[in-house]
Amino acid sequence: MRPLAAAQTSDWRDEIFAALKAAEIRQVGYVPDAGHARLIELCRDDPEIRAVPLTTEEEGVALAAGAWLGGQRAALLMQSSGVGNCINMLSLAKNCRFPLISLVTMRGEWAEFNPWQVQMGSKTQAALELCDVLVYRVEQPEEAAETVAAALDIAFNGDLATAVLLSQRLIGAKQWVK
Amino acid sequence: MIANDPNLKRRLDRRAAMRTLLDNRGDLLLVTGLGSTTWDAAAAGDNDRNFYLWGAMGAAAMVGLGLAIARPDNRVLVVTGDGEMLMGLGSLATIGVQRPPNLAVVVFDNGHYGETGMQASHTAEHVELVAIARACGFKETFDITDELGLRDFAARLHNAPITLFARVAIRADEPPRVLPPRDGVLLKTRFRRAVGAET
Repeated sequence: MRPLAAAQTSDWRDEIFAALKAAEIRQVGYVPDAGHARLIELCRDDPEIRAVPLTTEEEGVALAAGAWLGGQRAALLMQSSGVGNCINMLSLAKNCRFPLISLVTMRGEWAEFNPWQVQMGSKTQAALELCDVLVYRVEQPEEAAETVAAALDIAFNGDLATAVLLSQRLIGAKQWVK
Repeated sequence: MIANDPNLKRRLDRRAAMRTLLDNRGDLLLVTGLGSTTWDAAAAGDNDRNFYLWGAMGAAAMVGLGLAIARPDNRVLVVTGDGEMLMGLGSLATIGVQRPPNLAVVVFDNGHYGETGMQASHTAEHVELVAIARACGFKETFDITDELGLRDFAARLHNAPITLFARVAIRADEPPRVLPPRDGVLLKTRFRRAVGAET
């Protein structure tokens, strides 16, 4: 695990952060993941953003609903295993048409070391789609920011639930460069 | 059995307790949890500033947190049941870290799952929600067992510069259901209009 080394050179992570800022995201709920380390750091350091560490990912779905009720935009950062924790809570977004943007770092796919990650990782996209969440996937660094920006647009213009899956190949590729 | 509960006399009526909390509410924003607290709020009078959860069990306190952060100039009150709070117990740790000064979390605790046949909940045993809240970092907590204590808390609700947690001991009974609207989009949109978030 080299999350801190990866954090220093991860331009696409900074670009995702810029997309969140441009969309006026004011609350960011997160369960830490090495792949999100840089983004979490940027959110925590930004005086305009309230970064909220969560004990479990479904808390973030409810946090985002509350933020929207009060007129603020929230984003949610999690790892693919956390998607499984959100299933019932996603009914809140669906029933009330709350806008939702989740940025999901993928485990259990490209060159995974830990087989215990594979079960949820291989079902992440299908599980989200089963819950009527629109899913976008990023494989290349140069796609990251525009994909997140597009998901933000459709989420907040259309009152829809969206997720951007940041592939393990993308996250891993950055670590291997070091 | 409920009828033999030695604490019966020290427990409050849930409908009266909700009315006391909402007395002179001003522009207080209310979130209620799945189940009886939603019916209690409806019985006290429907209001555009009420957001009722009809599902998503365990969400109430976290919806309150997101709302309190978004609306620092409004008081935000979450009222939920012991079962709903137990399902989102981690959210007390999350709120204990954030501690927005305008948020109060209130649990109507009857020690039972009222909507599913009155099965005993963990609080009917030795689990203490007030102790959990305190351990999570809530600096001002209340364990309310009588009308006077409830009235003191209701006053504190509107001026405390700190995140509050209260457990209100209520009787395990089932007053007739009073159902608010259950269209989620309607509830969301009218709430946002009421606070000026929807134009």
